[in-house]
Amino acid sequence: MTDDPTTALRATRLGRRFRGGWALRDCDFALPAGRITALVGPNGAGKSTLFHLATGLLRPTAGELRVFGAEPGSPAARDRTAFLAQDKPLYPRFTVEETLRFGRELNGDWDQAAAERIVRAGDIPLDARVGALSQGQATRVALALAFGKRPGLLLLDEPLADLDPLVRIEAMGLVMAEVADRGITVVMSSHVLSELENACDHVLLLKQGAVRLDGDAQQLCETHVRITGLADPSTDDGLPPALDRAGVVEASVTGRQVHALLRHTGPLPGDDRWVVENPSLEDLLLAYLRSDSTPAPAPEAAA
Amino acid sequence: MIAFRIDRRSGVATYLQLVQQVRQALRLGVLEPGDRLPTAREVVEAIAVNPNTVLRAYRELEREGLVEPRPGRGTFVRRSLSRAAAATDSPLRAEAAAWVARARAAGLEREDVAALAASVLDDSFPPPELPPPFIPAPRSPQTLEEDT
Repeated sequence: MTDDPTTALRATRLGRRFRGGWALRDCDFALPAGRITALVGPNGAGKSTLFHLATGLLRPTAGELRVFGAEPGSPAARDRTAFLAQDKPLYPRFTVEETLRFGRELNGDWDQAAAERIVRAGDIPLDARVGALSQGQATRVALALAFGKRPGLLLLDEPLADLDPLVRIEAMGLVMAEVADRGITVVMSSHVLSELENACDHVLLLKQGAVRLDGDAQQLCETHVRITGLADPSTDDGLPPALDRAGVVEASVTGRQVHALLRHTGPLPGDDRWVVENPSLEDLLLAYLRSDSTPAPAPEAAA
Repeated sequence: MIAFRIDRRSGVATYLQLVQQVRQALRLGVLEPGDRLPTAREVVEAIAVNPNTVLRAYRELEREGLVEPRPGRGTFVRRSLSRAAAATDSPLRAEAAAWVARARAAGLEREDVAALAASVLDDSFPPPELPPPFIPAPRSPQTLEEDT
């Protein structure tokens, strides 16, 4: 088995079909180890399916997925993967201490000190019942359970969805601090794009079960431009006829103005007439979420 | 030690905001040579940003010669940016104030004055050279312990 240490999660022609159709189809990506990947996409894009495939809760219908080179669900992969599902399943009748003991007994290589430190930093009494905790405290206990496992790969499915803004920052800060200490790989899904902007350094964007964007966040922003200028009346999209349409993510005309997001492929025709700027990550992700085009690097993607 | 804050709406890259805040602290004397910068862990725990963002900011400050990492101990300030010539009571400031007053008397608006000053600055100071692209290396837990 080839185990590339720089790749944490690799998909090869990965597909998963349910009765209703393909939830994921022909997905190829390689998520880098030691980094924080944002998993972005509209509801139904296949994000949760991907998490369930990565933890071995689901099996692929086609292709394969590998966690540090191992098959998801195998002992080698399971030991290195921690998954925090959207609903943060915890036993409400357990105390916090019992919850941690549960983690200790289920996991051979358990870091009790780290788990307790995370709980204590939130001023949570160890004898409190989990069912009596606030949502922020419950999130902290769930994260303590996940980090106590000493994972190499931490999967977070909408971890902050039901938290108030202060607790969101605290929970995200906790995840970032643990990542800083241990170099854990994190894959995190969220609809709050502005929050991902500062947290993530790699992006995987899924739409309708397919990969639309996969890359280093900063490089993606640097290789795309948002342009504003005078619309060309001779074309439908308002962009100059000479511009390569394969690189156009989105374009819209308002009156005499055209506004577009492009994959930057070189100088623009009539360069000085354009206001050109690099998009923020949020701006870029929104453009790809809105767009139906698939600007793959290969030119056959031209619409 | 200083505390960072992030303006998520500013449009300035997060790592640059960190760099600018350290420079500002050095100008104001909030940070002095020998002071330790907060560790990556301390920063990300407080402001919930990616640890690579902090490492990138510190690397940029190191490249500018303002800070230096000391293995196993943290990142320390090497030199100050506070300059007596730029203080609020300096002769240079008085001359600048007189010049702005003349510009205003000549009928220039605030933005005209700022544009004029910016164009003179551009002539006198070469454009800043862009830092090399930063691609974080795959990390192992050990590489980050330099900060503790």
